[in-house]
Amino acid sequence: MDPVNIHKGIVIPLDRANVDTDAIIPKQFLKSIKKTGFGPNLFDEWRYLDHGEPGQDNSKRRINPDFVLNIPRYKNGSILIARENFGCGSSREHAPWALLDFGIKIVIASSFADIFYGNCFKNGILPIILDKATMDKIFTKVEAKVGYEITVNLQKQKIYYDSEIASFEVDSFKKSCLLDGLDDIGLTLKNKVDIENFEKKYHESFPWLNSGEKLK
Amino acid sequence: MGISLYEKVFNRHVVRKDEGTYLLYIDRHLVHEVTSPQAFEGIRISNRNIWRKNSIIAVPDHNVPTTDRTVKIKDPISRIQVETLDKNCEEFNLLQFKMDDRRQGIVHVVGPEQGSTLPGMTIVCGDSHTSTHGAFGAIAMGIGTSEVEHVFATQCLIVNKFKTMRVVVNGDLQYGVTAKDVALDVIGKIGTAGGTGHAIEFTGTTIQSLSMEGRMTLCNMAIEAGSRVGLIGVDNKTIDYIQDKPLAPKGDLWKKAKKDWLGLVSDEDAKFDSEIEIDGSLIEPQVTWGTSPEMVVSITSKVPNPADFSDKTLSSSYQIALKYMNLKPETPINKIAIDKVFIGSCTNSRIEDLRAAASIVGTKKIAKNIKLALVVPGSGLVKLQAESEGLDKIFKNAGFEWREPGCSMCLAMNADKLGPGERCASTSNRNFEGRQGQGGRTHLVSPQMAAAAAIYGKFVDIRELN
Repeated sequence: MDPVNIHKGIVIPLDRANVDTDAIIPKQFLKSIKKTGFGPNLFDEWRYLDHGEPGQDNSKRRINPDFVLNIPRYKNGSILIARENFGCGSSREHAPWALLDFGIKIVIASSFADIFYGNCFKNGILPIILDKATMDKIFTKVEAKVGYEITVNLQKQKIYYDSEIASFEVDSFKKSCLLDGLDDIGLTLKNKVDIENFEKKYHESFPWLNSGEKLK
Repeated sequence: MGISLYEKVFNRHVVRKDEGTYLLYIDRHLVHEVTSPQAFEGIRISNRNIWRKNSIIAVPDHNVPTTDRTVKIKDPISRIQVETLDKNCEEFNLLQFKMDDRRQGIVHVVGPEQGSTLPGMTIVCGDSHTSTHGAFGAIAMGIGTSEVEHVFATQCLIVNKFKTMRVVVNGDLQYGVTAKDVALDVIGKIGTAGGTGHAIEFTGTTIQSLSMEGRMTLCNMAIEAGSRVGLIGVDNKTIDYIQDKPLAPKGDLWKKAKKDWLGLVSDEDAKFDSEIEIDGSLIEPQVTWGTSPEMVVSITSKVPNPADFSDKTLSSSYQIALKYMNLKPETPINKIAIDKVFIGSCTNSRIEDLRAAASIVGTKKIAKNIKLALVVPGSGLVKLQAESEGLDKIFKNAGFEWREPGCSMCLAMNADKLGPGERCASTSNRNFEGRQGQGGRTHLVSPQMAAAAAIYGKFVDIRELN
């Protein structure tokens, strides 16, 4: 995972609440057994006017000119902004994989669904929660200026837009993983002995939960 | 001060506490074909091992066809995904119920059916509807693929402790009102983000009266209220359901387990971060009208008018939803005609659901305007049980198709899907745009309401059929 710290980029405004992971990456693309290649199908059903299937040549498809990813002024955007409860629904990690594959590094919304929020951090995407009033302000600014850019500083937990600054909260563990691009499985395995000791005691205390003996 | 059920189960699993996070031990890991291949690949690439293989049960469900299982999956990409699960389970020597095994089915139906879901456990799966298993007094939650790999490699997850929310539902449910209606009513009241960051415990006399299958339906939908975890305290119904299941403890261990499990309830003086109370006797059969489970009203109501809402984001969401659903504001719900019916999914595909739907069907036939009515049992064992009771004949006689088990048209990853513009009465859990097929229009209802909609070709108040 690539580390994230300071990022400056063009903002893409997706002015919708409850954007679900089915919308972010529709089910037919979940059949892939890889983590990459989902970018061309990010928001597939909103982005194209025809039906998409895996393995298709997307350059030949009819695009929806009204959808924000197809509007030239937002080309090369890397910061997506949306309304509340972004990423609700299915736990599919294909959603952050698709965003990342498309080139999105930061998602800012007034709230996120829990599973999606956690999945972002595992893949080097920073999800940021801002209050509704600040979100309204940023939406207005993005609309007013072509190529509107903002800068995010994770270390300082600040967003710089025009001359204004907004602060955001982030869990210290998740923050350090993103800043250093850490593999948290590696971190957990440093506590291998703790886990082994716990497991032994736990199965002595609750032997009925390890009825798994009967399983392979 | 007493502690809540969530905290009791949580505390038993804390391996270590670090700054703000906990390393939580995981008892049971359920695996399906869609969210696991990249996790297995990660284990291979990093040359790590699977920590405790006997904690894992794998089953293909999302991609499997619900038609003849003796022929191979037609869609080559779906087939590769299912075969990849086969290969991974063989390579790592994991228990899998393959497509041709009669125990195969939807992972959240199979787990409890096998007795692999037990009170006090932590249960995870790369699937958001894992909250289902919370009905047994377990902490069960959906995780992403990175976390699937993390549990493979370490038998643990790094988590934050959720806040707690208590949803108290008291009173007797009316005739024809089910756990599904309770779930939709709660979501309608607190919203799809109402439970975000919280573990929801359902309590009250209404919940006590629900069967274990009803409780699973309710906890299944906790995620649609934003909560990764929904749970219900253990009582004698829980114990009775588990007894003699294939993987349940036996003999002396069973006695000890039972004693421990009956203590898995919230203390009377437990504190919750938030609490809501609902009068269960007032809940009517629910029907969603929009593209989010919170866009729900009772069968006696009308589709709302976006103009009545001053909140701009809400009003605009309602407008977008109505346009997608091709519905006019203030249309009475019982005037909405449908094209297809789907009875199935991890929410409503268990034997009681099928019995309830069949009881509405009786000797009637599906309406002429219904292009397709599907019944997809949750597992091979549910299917066999239903057939032994003659339910399959009732459905087939009425014009329903009786299929093989799987997720099917809940998310339409296999061949079962809605065409553009088709309107469906569905017992599944999500009415998102395109969920059941691109351009498809989903109305979430209970199995009884779906069965009645198939017979009448539109939504009807099943209380009036009594």
